[in-house]
Formats: sequence, structure tokens, C-alpha cells
Amino acid sequence: MTISLDSVSKSYGSQLVLNDVSFSATFDHALALVGPSGGGKSTLLRLLAGLELCTSGSISVDSTALPNEEKTLRNYRQQIGTVFQAYNLFPHLTALENILLPLTVVQKMPRAEALHRANEVLARFQLLPHSHKQPGLLSGGQRQRVAIARALVIQPRFLLLDEPTSALDPEMTAEVLDVIAELRLSSTPLVLVTHEMGFARHSANLVAFVGNGTIAECAPAEEFFSNPQSVETKRFLHKILKY
Amino acid sequence: MPRSLFFDRADHRVSRGVKVAIIAALLIVYAGLCFAIFHSSLKSGAAVWEYREILWSGWLTTIGISIAALALSSIFGMAAALARQSAFLPLRYTAILYVETARGLPLLVLVLFGFYGVAHALGWGDRLPVGVLILSLFSGAYIAEMIRAGIESVGRSQWDSARAIGLATVQAYRFVIFPQVIRQILPPLAGQFSSLIKDSSLLYVIGISELTFSAQQMSSATYSTFEAYLPLAFGYLILTLPISLWSKHLENKLKFES
Repeated sequence: MTISLDSVSKSYGSQLVLNDVSFSATFDHALALVGPSGGGKSTLLRLLAGLELCTSGSISVDSTALPNEEKTLRNYRQQIGTVFQAYNLFPHLTALENILLPLTVVQKMPRAEALHRANEVLARFQLLPHSHKQPGLLSGGQRQRVAIARALVIQPRFLLLDEPTSALDPEMTAEVLDVIAELRLSSTPLVLVTHEMGFARHSANLVAFVGNGTIAECAPAEEFFSNPQSVETKRFLHKILKY
Repeated sequence: MPRSLFFDRADHRVSRGVKVAIIAALLIVYAGLCFAIFHSSLKSGAAVWEYREILWSGWLTTIGISIAALALSSIFGMAAALARQSAFLPLRYTAILYVETARGLPLLVLVLFGFYGVAHALGWGDRLPVGVLILSLFSGAYIAEMIRAGIESVGRSQWDSARAIGLATVQAYRFVIFPQVIRQILPPLAGQFSSLIKDSSLLYVIGISELTFSAQQMSSATYSTFEAYLPLAFGYLILTLPISLWSKHLENKLKFES
């Protein structure tokens, strides 16, 4: 998978979140975005997810430019899977119904076929015993696993994960990270915003440092952590690895 | 008798049986008090009994008006709430104008102005449909505000998730937002239905023979007051109390689920 940004800027009102970012990365399985809060990681992911439009510049994925109007953008969103930090699931629907919704409503798949697909993915993540529970009755880790299942059930071109574990306790974090690590076995590439440095180091092909509205560095995971080049990355890693 | 029998506290709960006994005793005491104070002004109920048909048909009219107005005001409320979310400013401002005007006026003023002013000028003389329409417009404004608050209470993350899986705006409303809004607003909506039943009594001023109007007719025909107005009061309570209890029940149920 190849992601290219060509002088991308994004601002909300007068606040400039991404400042003229040009960047290109090619990877097999996973790209991890790390960096300080408010540095622009999540905004970059929202742009990739087609949830926001660039203020200026353009983004392309696998050498196809992202559409820049809502209608075609919706078409694009239907082909990718996105998982947020928390509150991904629709609370009034059961786990199963959550997973069925993109199939039956968006893809207009016949119900029997959709049900088959949904149960397959629930089984894959050991969620079958919980398929008829509403999110309120699931643990945080189970909820995120259902969210990942819902993102994957449409067989997306790629998966985007925005800090999927930052609202979870360590045990649930491990449970969700296990699932994400397991995705390596499937051929769905993913872009992950994370604060879990150990996970980024061991599971991602590439790690990019996003801070201060720009991408300061992007390198293979091992190299990124053992021999960072930019001052910003060094300072960030020094700070977070101190304790 | 231990004093603690009458005090319900967190560390000492009164049993259900005792509570029922207290309620029954209070009802008897209050009924007795009322009788003692007011029995001198009671006349024979026989005269009023002859007019029972009028009261009965008035009661049915009140129910009919309430149900029709609830259906109609839900439509007005929904339309106004959606119009208020619209990006098209003339539509949004029209909705705001409607909601704020209807909520800013007393219902009595709205009924008088709507019927003797607007409906007469338009040549609509049929009292019942005009009355239902006015009541629906009034109640619709409150329902619009409930729906708007309900839509706003559904978090941004739900919209994000809905858009992320590729739902169009209309689909997001239908499958994600409204099911949550309805669960939220069902208790206040039940309360609004109860208000609607009570508010329908004001339609008597334009001569619609609903419950209050019938009771008044009965009172002036028989020169009785208590005998005519007591059934009137009970006629409303029979309708509103179950709804109020149902609304409380819904509130409790919602608390458990979230």
C-alpha cells in the first residue's frame, strides 16, 4: 500500500492543524503514526478516512487521488474500514446488527449472505457468544473488537485505526492489540495512530512521527526507535521512554 | 406503633404492604375531609345523571382530539426539528419563527386568535378540525424542541461512525440517529401527550363540545357545580394518570439501559 500527501494543509477556522505536509510511504502491512497529542495524527487519519476534506493539497492512496466532494467521498468511505478511539458502535443495535448494517444498508447485500459474512467475522474474533448483546453489555475490549469486525466485514481496501486502545485498561489493550496483530495474517493493510510504542515497534513496517502539523520522520520500525534522525523524534522518544 | 413505620430512609426501607396501607388510609382521610367540608353544597346527583350521555360524548371527543392532535403534532414537530437542522437558511429561520412564536404565546391566545382571527378570515368555520390544528401547532413546537434536543444529545462520534461506514445523511438519520432519539424522548413525549389532553380543555372557548364544554353545559342546565365538575376532573385524571405513570416507568427503564 502506498500513501502520498502532496503539500496537504488542514485548518479548522483559524487553527492550522496540518501545515503543508508532503510525504510518501509504501508498506506491506502496517504504518504507525506516533507523536504528541494535538500534533495532527488524528486529523491526518480523518483525511485518509475521507471524513474531512483537505484545506489545500491532495492525498492519493495507491496512486488514486482521494475525491474532494462529499458524494464521491462517501463512495470512497464505503470501501475502507475505520475504527475510532471509543464509542464506535451504535448503542441501540446488538453486536451482530452493528456488523450487518454496512452490509445490508450500504452494500444492499441479501440478508442471508450478510448474516453468513457477519457470523464468520464474529467467529474469527471469538465474539459469537456476544453477538446478541448490545454494546452496553460488552466490555471495552469486546466493543473495540466488534468495531474492528464491523470495519473488516466489508472486506475493505485498507483499515484505519485511530488510537483504538487509548480508552482501555492494559488487559483490554492487550486483547485488542492481539486482534490487530493477527490482521497481519490477512492481506488487509492498515494505518494506525497509537501511543503503544512497543506495539508500533513490533507490528508496524513503518513508523512516522507526526508533530506540530507536519511529518518529521518516517522510517522502518526498528530503525525509527533505535536510531531516530530528526530532533523532534529524538526528543519525543526520549520523553516517553524515560519512565 | 413504632414511629419508624412512617419514615422511608436509605438505611431503613418501608415494606410495600405498609406503603399501600398508608396510601389507602390517606385517601380515606382526604375523601372524608372533603366530604365534611363540602357536603352542604352537594345537591342531588340525579339531575346530573340524566345528562351523562353529554358528558360521555364529551369525554370521547376529548380522547379523539388528543389522539388526532398527538399524531399531527408529531408530524409538525418532526418537520420543524429537521427544518431547524437544515443548511438552507430560509427554511431554518421559518422553523425557528414557528417554534418560538408557538411557545411564546399562551394556548388560549393561540386558540382565540387562530379561530376567530385566522380561521374566520380564511373562511374555515368547522370548529373541530381548526381546534385540532391549533392544538397540534402549539404542541408541535414543544415536540420540535424535544426532538432537536434528542438529535443534539446523540454524540458527534455516532455521526462519525455512521459516515465512516458509508451511510448517507438520510440513512444515518434513519438507522443510527432517530432510533436513539426516540428512546431518549419517549418519556418527555409521553408527558407531552398528557399535557395535550389537559390543554384540549381550552378548546371549549371556541365551542367545541369536548369534556370541559359538556361539563359546563351540564352545570348550567342543572344548576349543580360539584356534581358536574367532579366527573370532569376524574374524566381527565383517568386519562392523564396512566400516561404519567407510564412515562415514569419509561424513564426508569431508560436509566437501567444506559
